[in-house]
Amino acid sequence: MKRKLETSEMIFKVISYTLLSIFALACLYPFVYAVSASISGGNAVDYGKVVLFPKDIQFEAFGRMFHDNMFWNAYSNTLFLTFYGTVWALFVAILGAYALSKKRLLFRRFFNFFLVFTMLFSAGIVPQYLNYLDTKAVFNAVGIKDDKWLVVIAMGMAAMNIILLRNAFEGVPSEIEEAAIVDGATEFQVLGKVYIPMCKSTIATVALFFAISRWNGYFWARQMISNSNEHPLQVFIRLRLEEYMDPEAMAGWNEIFSSDSVIYALIVCSIVPILIIYPFIQKYFAKGVNAGGVKE
Amino acid sequence: MMTSKAADYLIYDEAAGVYRENPEQAVRDDVEKHTWRHVGMTVMKDWRLYAMLVPMLLVFLFWRYLPMYELLGCFKVPDEVKPVADQLFCGFSYFKRLLVGGDTMSAEFWRALRNTFLLSFYGLCFGFPMPIILALFFNEIRSNLVRSTCQVLTYLPKFMSTVVMTSLVTMLVKQGSLTSGMGIISQALASLGLISTETAHAGLLNNPDFFRSIYQISGIWEGAGYDSIVYFAAIIAIAPTSYEAAQIDGAGKMAQMRYVVLPSILSTIVIMLITRIGSLLNIGYEKVLLLYNTNTYVTADVVSTFAQRYGLAGTQKGLAAAAEMMNNVIGMLLVISANTIARKASDTSLY
Repeated sequence: MKRKLETSEMIFKVISYTLLSIFALACLYPFVYAVSASISGGNAVDYGKVVLFPKDIQFEAFGRMFHDNMFWNAYSNTLFLTFYGTVWALFVAILGAYALSKKRLLFRRFFNFFLVFTMLFSAGIVPQYLNYLDTKAVFNAVGIKDDKWLVVIAMGMAAMNIILLRNAFEGVPSEIEEAAIVDGATEFQVLGKVYIPMCKSTIATVALFFAISRWNGYFWARQMISNSNEHPLQVFIRLRLEEYMDPEAMAGWNEIFSSDSVIYALIVCSIVPILIIYPFIQKYFAKGVNAGGVKE
Repeated sequence: MMTSKAADYLIYDEAAGVYRENPEQAVRDDVEKHTWRHVGMTVMKDWRLYAMLVPMLLVFLFWRYLPMYELLGCFKVPDEVKPVADQLFCGFSYFKRLLVGGDTMSAEFWRALRNTFLLSFYGLCFGFPMPIILALFFNEIRSNLVRSTCQVLTYLPKFMSTVVMTSLVTMLVKQGSLTSGMGIISQALASLGLISTETAHAGLLNNPDFFRSIYQISGIWEGAGYDSIVYFAAIIAIAPTSYEAAQIDGAGKMAQMRYVVLPSILSTIVIMLITRIGSLLNIGYEKVLLLYNTNTYVTADVVSTFAQRYGLAGTQKGLAAAAEMMNNVIGMLLVISANTIARKASDTSLY
């Protein structure tokens, strides 16, 4: 009996180690290949000689991109959208979630439904597009000519994040709030000095969700930002990909590196900043997933 | 406001010789509490709290609810100049044309609806079990270092944006010949004999037969590791004594899986499954939009991309909006019924 148990356990262990390593390596491989292809020579990439390690190393694909002003422009636009977008979304979400977390709020159920309904039903792309066009006209009329502000203010709000925050605020014991009020704190002070410090990690998680969705935003940024100088990185990458995948546009390509290397270099450049901050944000990410259970 | 005296609250019951509560006054109080005047006073007294609500309400009103108002355009004759409220009604003509029109437009709409459903359904069949299997495997690895390394590696693809992910996929399976930049994955598949050389040369993304597989495999690559976090959290919450008890009873590895691990994570699985079924018709259109092209519409075109093509790139705004509205209404009904079932079955609901 004892012996049989060990065998089945051994077999299972071996299988899990093998399959997991295969899966983990498969997850990693495209990144490694992208790095290798971005710094390999033209012929090596075009003839499919690069499999894992770079061949005929060159850094000119990166050089070409770094000398492209549009690239830096796109990067700074993305930073702009991510920073202001996250600040704005957090501002709206924290205030709203705090008010919603109070039992004494009149019509609380209605306001909750008002939020949750947007998670159940969305009008769809076309009405949203018409709506953004109207918003753009209004923004232009009041003097905000920059389409970036339209993206920052009108887009990227998610009911789910507000509900996450609301649940965290509801978890703060009401005695602490009462103590603060007895000491003469106003509502804003209670929020700023009691609730926000006590829910720091949930706020960090929600901020991270907002920031990621801003960093990754593509579709509406491409639809609504008309000036190509204001395009964020994602739109820039996609436009470059479309250009480089077009054989006619690439017919006269005559460089020591492949045109593919430029795309791979772009991909690498857009992933690297995330990889750098990844160790710091990973725990918040895992936390956010587990906090996803929502009740009314 | 009516002023109430203390005497209104109590009435003298002569038969019993005691004072009783006056039920009529309680009703009067209740009515008064719900007048707008009372509401106004409460809000004024507590204005800071209600002021906090304002930015959120405005954002959702302007950019979530006003688009729903634009849906009126589904029932109206389009007009470039007039706002949607002033356009002429044309009834359900767009819906009729889409559903029973009998022309290419209607055929394309049905194809899109079918593709939307199928892409989600295959995701349910192949994408859904993967994170669970991964979590079970993670649990087998006792070495913390190896396990967290594996976990970090599998979460990684989740941190790419859709654009970067699809660009990478596009590059890896791109068309070309042996001498001009064929994607490395196509190359590998062709040399293993899994696909013909011609298919590889033409590019897998140009072949409608491969779209669904590429969509699902890239989805697993991107999300399986990250989605396994939930299941893994449920598994490590199992007390070690449960395993020991099972072992003493002579349970082998498979029996432990079957009688200890699976029952413990079953509720998580059920909840995730119901969520997944509820969102069968809500597909991430961005990914499809970035991966499909004219060659693969047959299998790739979903309702949102259909709407994008005709409404945003084309000029048939009313028709496109109608198509997506039908999709979203069915989707909403699915979510609500899934949630109701979840609430009934396990006391856990999503909202």
